[in-house]
Amino acid sequence: MSGQEQGQTGLEGARERWVRTGGVELCVAELGDAAHPTVVLVHGYPDSKEVWSEVARGLADRFHVVLYDVRGCGRSSAPKPLRGGFTLEKLTDDFLAVADAVSPDRPVHVVGHDWGSVQAWEFATVRRTEGRIASFTSMSGPSLDHFGHWIKKRASRPTPRRAAQLLSQGVKSWYVYMLHTPVLPELAWKGPLGKRWPKILQRVEKVPPGAYPTPSLPTDAAHGAWLYRDNVRARLRRPRADAYAHCPVQLITPTGDAFLSQRLYDDLDHWAPHLVRRTLPAKHWVPRTRPQQLVAWIVEFVTAKEEGDPAKEVVASGPYADRFGGQLVLITGAAGGIGRATAFAFAEAGARVIAVDRDAEGAARTADLARLVGAPQAWAETVDVSDEAAMEKLAAKVAAEYGTVDVLVNNAGIAVSGPFLSTTTEDWRQVLDVNLWGVIHGCRLFGKQMAERGQGGHIVNTASAAAFQPSRILSAYGASKAAVLMLSECLRAELAGQGIGVTAVCPGIVNTNITSTARFTGVSADEEKRRQAKVSRMYGLRNYPPEKVASAILRAVARNEAVVPVTPEARGAHLMSRIAPRALRALARVEPPM
Amino acid sequence: MTSATGAATARRGGGGRGLAADLRGFKEVQRLAYACAEAVAAQLRPGVTEREAARMQRRWLRERGVRDWFHLPFAWFGDRTAFTNFRIPLQFFPTDRRLEPGMAFILDMAPVHQGFTADIGYSGCLGLNPVHDRLLADLAAHRELILREVRERRPLREIYEDVERLMVRQGYANRHRAYPFGVIAHKVDRVRPRRWSPTLFGFGTQSLKGLASDALHGHRDGWSPLWSPYKFSDHPPQPGLWAVEPHLGFRGTGAKFEEILVVTDSADPEESAFWLDDDLPHVRRWQEEGAA
Repeated sequence: MSGQEQGQTGLEGARERWVRTGGVELCVAELGDAAHPTVVLVHGYPDSKEVWSEVARGLADRFHVVLYDVRGCGRSSAPKPLRGGFTLEKLTDDFLAVADAVSPDRPVHVVGHDWGSVQAWEFATVRRTEGRIASFTSMSGPSLDHFGHWIKKRASRPTPRRAAQLLSQGVKSWYVYMLHTPVLPELAWKGPLGKRWPKILQRVEKVPPGAYPTPSLPTDAAHGAWLYRDNVRARLRRPRADAYAHCPVQLITPTGDAFLSQRLYDDLDHWAPHLVRRTLPAKHWVPRTRPQQLVAWIVEFVTAKEEGDPAKEVVASGPYADRFGGQLVLITGAAGGIGRATAFAFAEAGARVIAVDRDAEGAARTADLARLVGAPQAWAETVDVSDEAAMEKLAAKVAAEYGTVDVLVNNAGIAVSGPFLSTTTEDWRQVLDVNLWGVIHGCRLFGKQMAERGQGGHIVNTASAAAFQPSRILSAYGASKAAVLMLSECLRAELAGQGIGVTAVCPGIVNTNITSTARFTGVSADEEKRRQAKVSRMYGLRNYPPEKVASAILRAVARNEAVVPVTPEARGAHLMSRIAPRALRALARVEPPM
Repeated sequence: MTSATGAATARRGGGGRGLAADLRGFKEVQRLAYACAEAVAAQLRPGVTEREAARMQRRWLRERGVRDWFHLPFAWFGDRTAFTNFRIPLQFFPTDRRLEPGMAFILDMAPVHQGFTADIGYSGCLGLNPVHDRLLADLAAHRELILREVRERRPLREIYEDVERLMVRQGYANRHRAYPFGVIAHKVDRVRPRRWSPTLFGFGTQSLKGLASDALHGHRDGWSPLWSPYKFSDHPPQPGLWAVEPHLGFRGTGAKFEEILVVTDSADPEESAFWLDDDLPHVRRWQEEGAA
């Protein structure tokens, strides 16, 4: 019986025990070595501890992972009567009983999702748990006290912005009002809603199918309604004034959360000093949809707190560090120019960087400096992106040694300039091999890994302003870049459903090395050298730094933008390609001075 | 222009007594300036402002007899060492930016002492800063490159481009692009001591006069006392003393050295160009790193 149930719960290898407290019996599951630091995972509504199964498995080899079914949920018993049995005070008793049972001598690290986080905020801010909690990782569940103050602040002095924030959160909280109605929620959960819930989660939240939710869902949800009824009104009306966290807090905010506005956490630094913020492009049920990212951040945070080195910053200093910290980023063409600058920008945001280029020395240098500016790890790989076999080997190696890439930047490219009629087949082959096939190989191999993992990701393809700005001397280059642009837009549509974003970056004239190695067709070798020098000098005078393109790339990934022209001339051309394409065509006929 | 071009006939350290004495004079003031930089750097503490650091340099040098300047001492802290967002020359002047632990700093001064000029740059950091250490280590290649190519008598503009290429290959940005005229070096010369030596925008008027007259003469003969990336530097190295200052920038940290390169018109490559002094803080540091 129990073995069968464990099979259903998806918590293989867990040691179960029962903790009796305050008239209920709590079902507690443990994984990992009990000698390691203890991490307690607290589930939300309407879940049971199985919501954590993937995360728990990821944490188990480093920590003593403890999960328990909150009273009334899963295999824990429900209080009698239900009314008044779910107050935060009683839930705190439960937590302390579990903590005492599983880790009597050492404080525990708490991780809470949804109502688990709401509860854990209570644990982290009341006096009687002081010294029992070593750290708290919160996702998608604010403290009701902080929430109460947040509402009060906005309701008492409603500037237009504050009023809008209040209204927006008010709309997102529709289900809270629903749950306050008597009987109806219970009927719905035990009836049609409970039956359809798994399908709804799969469709709306993109939760992968599996052993979650468990069959106990209808009763869990019916009992859990009392979480709202017993606490929400009372706390929002009279929030505690002393709800300060007495342990370090890591806040993980999913940006696509349908129930909680990101603005809720604006004032959190006031309540939780030394707050570490993380953002995740995902919906509400992150323990199901983004387990690996959560594991990475929890491991990093808990380890830092265990080691207790105050000088060690958990979050890197660069922009978007909350978003890219600890992620794996692969960049092609990383030995110079935009690729190298992008590698550094990601490194400053705390990402792990794989610098790929056919120039081994340059790639190694990029990886080396990336470590200096903040990448926890950085590697260099020597690969020609146009070589399919080599790219396949790279993809296999990356998957085996470093994991699945979170952000892929297909940046490697070469330039060819000259009239179409003097562009040889060989020229065409070269430029398409690198600029188009390189991108295709990258998207195909690493995009496949991302899709198979099913936990989102992002692909950035470096196109060019030449993709939408025709020119009489850039037929081959422009064609390759236009193909990259369209490829990106098609792929974006295809992968959108899997949480994978695709961005085409279209820089204009940027001061990089591409000009000094550009191929000029139809001219002698000497003339080619002269033109390379001249164009390089012109690009140098324009002096648009690749660092700005790199910032645009990070911003585009964070905001999941589709097409990003960088530099004023690229933005101008992009605009004209839409409103005045004839003017652009006329401009294309002008022969540039060489 | 009495001395340096006189090096034409001279051998290093010997021959042409006037020249040897001159070089000794320049060397002494350069050493004095570096001693000042080291003394001030040793006194820098968290909370010291750029203005205070500049004032400390000025006081130290005045106490040792400096009355005139090629330019007044500068100090840059933190991301100002990489000239982040520098648009106008006024931004070079010391500000109230405070030094913090781990911050990089640059002290730059050009005292005139007994008629001899030095112009030096000293990079350091308060405590640990691995990025700064790497930048400083990578500057060694630039010192070698510049000397080698000057001895080859390559046009200054080409040498400039090679320096910049090396910086880009190293992964850095060329920050002396932000200097007036984007110069990597400028000529220095003897300055006649005057009782009254005013400064103009931080530059000693006597030295500016020298530079202006060089520019005038140079313009006639097709060379410039400013070593820049522009066409007016498209000529072989002009004999004389050049204060060379390659400046690397990387993600908000900058490092440079500045010291005098002696260029002569000797036919012997060894004698045609040499660094005035090889016993300087940054050179010693590289030697120690090399030995370790």
